[in-house]
Amino acid sequence: MRYIPNTDADREQMLSAIGRFSMEELFSDIPQLVKDRFQPLGISSKSELEVRTKLASLTQKNAAASALSFLGGGIYDHYIPSVVQHITSRSEFYTAYTPYQPEISQGTLTTMFEFQTLICELTGMEVANSSMYDGATALAEAAMMAARVTGNRKIAVSLALFAHYRRVLDTYCWASGIEIVDIPTVDYRCDFSHVPSDIGGVIVQSPNAFGVIEDLADVKEAIGNALMIVAVNPVSLSILTPPGEFGADIVTSEGQPFGLPPSFGGPLLGLFATRKAYLRQMPGRLVGQTVDADGKVGYTMAAQTREQHIRRQKATSNICTNAQLCALTATVYLASLGGDGLRDLAMLNLEKAHYMAQQLSDLPGCSLLCDAPFFNEFVLRVPVDPKRIRDGLRVEEILVDDPAQMEALGVTEALRFAVTEKRSKEELDRTVDLVGRML
Amino acid sequence: MRTIFDYRKRNGTGGILPELDVPAKKTTDLIPQDLIRQDKPRIPNLSEPEVVRHYTALSKLNYGVDDGLYPLGSCTMKYNPKVNEDVAHLPGFASIHPAVDPELAQGSLSVVHKMSRLLCGITGMADVTLQPAAGAHGEITGMFLLKRYFEARGETQRTRILLPDSAHGTNPASAATAGFSVTEIRSGADGLVDLNALSGELDETVAGVMLTVPNTLGIFEENIMKITAMVHATGGLCYFDGANLNAFLGHARPGDMGADVFHFNLHKTMSAPHGGGGPGSGPVAVSEALVPFLPVPRVRLDRGRYYLDWEKGQSIGSMHSFYGNFGVFLKAYTYILTLGDEGLYEAGENAVLNANYLQERLKKTYRLPYDRLCKHEFVLTGKGIADGISTLDIAKRLIDYGFHPPTIYFPLIVHEALMIEPTETESRETLDRFAEALEKIASEAQENPDLLHNAPHTAPVRRLDQTRAARNPILTYPFGD
Amino acid sequence: MGYPAEYRYTKEHEWVDLDGTRAKVGITDHAQSELGDVVFVELPAVGTTVNQGDTLGTVESVKAVSDVFAPIGGKVVEVNSELESSPETINTDPHGAGWLVMIEVSDPSQVDSLLDSAAYERIIAEE
Repeated sequence: MRYIPNTDADREQMLSAIGRFSMEELFSDIPQLVKDRFQPLGISSKSELEVRTKLASLTQKNAAASALSFLGGGIYDHYIPSVVQHITSRSEFYTAYTPYQPEISQGTLTTMFEFQTLICELTGMEVANSSMYDGATALAEAAMMAARVTGNRKIAVSLALFAHYRRVLDTYCWASGIEIVDIPTVDYRCDFSHVPSDIGGVIVQSPNAFGVIEDLADVKEAIGNALMIVAVNPVSLSILTPPGEFGADIVTSEGQPFGLPPSFGGPLLGLFATRKAYLRQMPGRLVGQTVDADGKVGYTMAAQTREQHIRRQKATSNICTNAQLCALTATVYLASLGGDGLRDLAMLNLEKAHYMAQQLSDLPGCSLLCDAPFFNEFVLRVPVDPKRIRDGLRVEEILVDDPAQMEALGVTEALRFAVTEKRSKEELDRTVDLVGRML
Repeated sequence: MRTIFDYRKRNGTGGILPELDVPAKKTTDLIPQDLIRQDKPRIPNLSEPEVVRHYTALSKLNYGVDDGLYPLGSCTMKYNPKVNEDVAHLPGFASIHPAVDPELAQGSLSVVHKMSRLLCGITGMADVTLQPAAGAHGEITGMFLLKRYFEARGETQRTRILLPDSAHGTNPASAATAGFSVTEIRSGADGLVDLNALSGELDETVAGVMLTVPNTLGIFEENIMKITAMVHATGGLCYFDGANLNAFLGHARPGDMGADVFHFNLHKTMSAPHGGGGPGSGPVAVSEALVPFLPVPRVRLDRGRYYLDWEKGQSIGSMHSFYGNFGVFLKAYTYILTLGDEGLYEAGENAVLNANYLQERLKKTYRLPYDRLCKHEFVLTGKGIADGISTLDIAKRLIDYGFHPPTIYFPLIVHEALMIEPTETESRETLDRFAEALEKIASEAQENPDLLHNAPHTAPVRRLDQTRAARNPILTYPFGD
Repeated sequence: MGYPAEYRYTKEHEWVDLDGTRAKVGITDHAQSELGDVVFVELPAVGTTVNQGDTLGTVESVKAVSDVFAPIGGKVVEVNSELESSPETINTDPHGAGWLVMIEVSDPSQVDSLLDSAAYERIIAEE
């Protein structure tokens, strides 16, 4: 096997050095019954060329690979600058473990520190962890943290949440004994006027599942002592007022738009930021700045006493890593675009989405779901069965969301479109034209 | 260390994204003024060469498996094959959106389905979910499964999880998140679960026992069949932490030992890289009784077509946004296909041989508290090497010899622990050089203890002031304006 | 560092200095040296009522966390807020300026169940 350097001769010598006669002896501590029951997989080893060919042939069965995408709902088709993969493919980064030995992990640690800073800058929060599994689990961790901070195990949750966020939230809240109450929407925005007073936290998503930017200005006041948790689209933050300025206590997000390919939904990147006052209650890895024995600035893991390896069952979370390579990806992505480039990116998304929304809503019988502000995603009402449009576009190798997504949120005869900087005017016009012909 | 925030300020360089090609509108015509951000986030604008040099320089301050031996116990830092990376980067896999019509993603869905079948085969268990994104995420999924299982059976009085005192800290943390209370079971003098202590705790309040097999001392639980039978006899379930699967890969299966839940760490056993702390992949295999409770959606095969089954039934719900870390388990899938049965067998065999070879040599210099046949790892103690020398000193000195230190101060049942796992991808020469380094350090500890106290001497930085970092946490760049 | 003879001690390494119905509580020199550099202290709110043996708060070093238990029951009337900015005082003066809380004691006789300095020193010698 080409990943094993030792030869048969090496193995013979090593066995004799440890006073054993056979390799079987090394497994004499496994009960015979267990060994007798063993069954192999029935597959033989393969050469690199064979494996590569076999897997490449599977990609031929992914018809979506060559299609034009208007899919969104948390995962977006953004352009990834070439620099990103070149840097993340450096094996000093990707073959390292969690930076338990800071003296030989300054590369990882410095990028984690940069990442935390970038996320705070974007969200308007004071402290961000070095990332979590994905946007959905980050939100679930936020709910558990709110319950921990307030001692109140009831959370109010917007009904305009992405379905995958709500699914994961439901699972975690059931298991950790947190009750969920729904926040209804009026005109596709959350209506906070009837949020009960005895709650530990409020979860709102902006832009929400309808693409609508929520009005966060009065939320904090409406919810009393409950923690205000906001799930955001990270790309929107360079032009939209960050949740921190509206008094948010926790901001979470799916970080995939920052340079990660969709990769069939994983690996993703959970973003999590909060106020410094909650530092000891927050989940996830943190990196801090310090100095070495010579007074030279360096980085090391910080506030570790919150974590499982020290606090065991009293830890703030059972998580013991971050999604470091994905966080590095986001860091390099943000550094490549720069603050100005990030703003350009957001503007391209905003303008193109609005252009397409306008063109589509000008079609006979079509209209936008509501006239509330949106960023790069919107819902179009259509006068025909939306599945027909979805299927018709599919024939032309154009992908839009399954209308069932909207039906689950109580909206029928509607389709959601996400428009990123990658879609050219020609592609937008062609798509609008095709939709027009299906009406 | 220089950060991107330390570079001189400049205007945007642009050029990555195209100019706007639709008629431009005023931002305030598109979104109301009060929703528009007033102050810019402080993100610098760097040129491409600056970005590349900055991160290349940072990468050189790191130590990865490609740099040398990385013998972190319980972490299985084996070589990460390059073909795995290339496969995961294939645009035909990487570009697929998770919400796409399943008909258009049959290739990706087949990977999910086939990988689940392979992992069932490796564990000898009934079914697998690939949703968990890491080992700890697998653990919590397993704990949720136990909780749902007992809810469904009306046995809600089962609120306790038993675990050995050698358990990793995530075990109790995961059990607690699912609302279970934790009872520790002490290990016997032989390092194994004390059967009397276990039977003393087993009753109708116990939901399950979490075991690491082999345990964190690298010792196989010889009484494993007795233990699982005892737990099952009182109505509890057996959770196996699969961090140490490399020890019996291709030789034995947890399902045959009585496991009800088993979580993989594909980034350990199946060669997916650790990425500096993730993303990982922590699939969970279950016995027949737990299959109805697995997370949704499930990927199923019907007359040659793969589809997503969203039927919730008794399922715990979803554990991940979509189907788990596809890009990571694709690497592991590539690895398993490459190795086949013989390769998996050889990996397990050589991992155990390498560990025993190192153990035999090093126990002559360092005390080995549990001196017996080990599996893929073993635990020495730094105690008694020299007065005033701690395991931390030994670990830091190893850096000067060009090696990544082993896991230290774990498991907790060995004082001043040095937990060493060489893996099968190291050569005998490398193991000999590592042993020599540890032997030299032992004599240095006697002759020149300051050499150890002040180590490392050759790393990019010297020992960092952890106390300062903890007392006055600086967690974001101090812009100072 | 000596263990003041007028204090009483617990096996969990807290000390009590009872004066009438008021008791000052801290952790012992032995406890601070086992923990190492203290970096953070979490104390109860003034006004909290505790029973003997309840958790009073936590003391954290870089790599360990230790619960502090109430050696005596009563109402917390004062906490050492100096520790918020300089937790290291617990390392430098554990039996004096590094005190944690002042308790208005509900039953002063509870102190009789605690160890005297000689008994405490015997216990730590055995550890």
